[in-house]
Amino acid sequence: MGMLHTVNKSPYSCNTLQSCLSHASEGDVVLLIEDGVYAALKGGAAAEMLSSAQGVRICALSADVKARGLDGRLIDGVEVVDYGGFVDLVEQTDKTQAWL
Amino acid sequence: MKLGIVVLEGPYQHEASDTAYNFAVAALEKGHEVFRVFFYHDGVNNATRLMVPPQDDRHIQKRWSELAEKHNLDLVVCVAAAQRRGILDEDEQGRHGKDANNIAPGFRISGLGQLIEAGIQCDRLVFFGD
Repeated sequence: MGMLHTVNKSPYSCNTLQSCLSHASEGDVVLLIEDGVYAALKGGAAAEMLSSAQGVRICALSADVKARGLDGRLIDGVEVVDYGGFVDLVEQTDKTQAWL
Repeated sequence: MKLGIVVLEGPYQHEASDTAYNFAVAALEKGHEVFRVFFYHDGVNNATRLMVPPQDDRHIQKRWSELAEKHNLDLVVCVAAAQRRGILDEDEQGRHGKDANNIAPGFRISGLGQLIEAGIQCDRLVFFGD
């Protein structure tokens, strides 16, 4: 059932999120980790890219969100998950693709 | 679920090793099997027992070694990447006539076949890198 994509780069330094979103299909999950979580910052230029992703579930890793002071500052529709949730996403999807 | 984990970056340089470690801990806590952790490219630098980080910082090598001991994990270091970066076990030390070795407890040096095998044996293979 779908694929899990992990994105660990800020959309302001790299275009991996853009590449990822243009490859992700309906039913896939995109998990933002490390600097990738900056994409979900409310008011950020990259946020629109995320909110316009159709049929793709967007998640962000809570530890990385907290480490960057972004707690409560993410756009709606982004699901914040902990490491256990990361493991669950790996299990729920057929394969995991890291956009390095 | 049987998991394979690949670490492509060195310690303290990039978050990859930390993220991979936290992911492995969470997976083990949930009762999943971590079949193998494969250290490739600069990731092999996680395997030196000679690192001495400040006392108030995490000890990335020790953390992996302790996790391996507790859960009987297979921590595999790519031999070609290790040789380039001066990560040696006793065999490699002898083979290359070096005066020391530095591989940490719980790690072993082997080849890329171990990564391929992990890809075949595991339900999921998860990469952490830069």
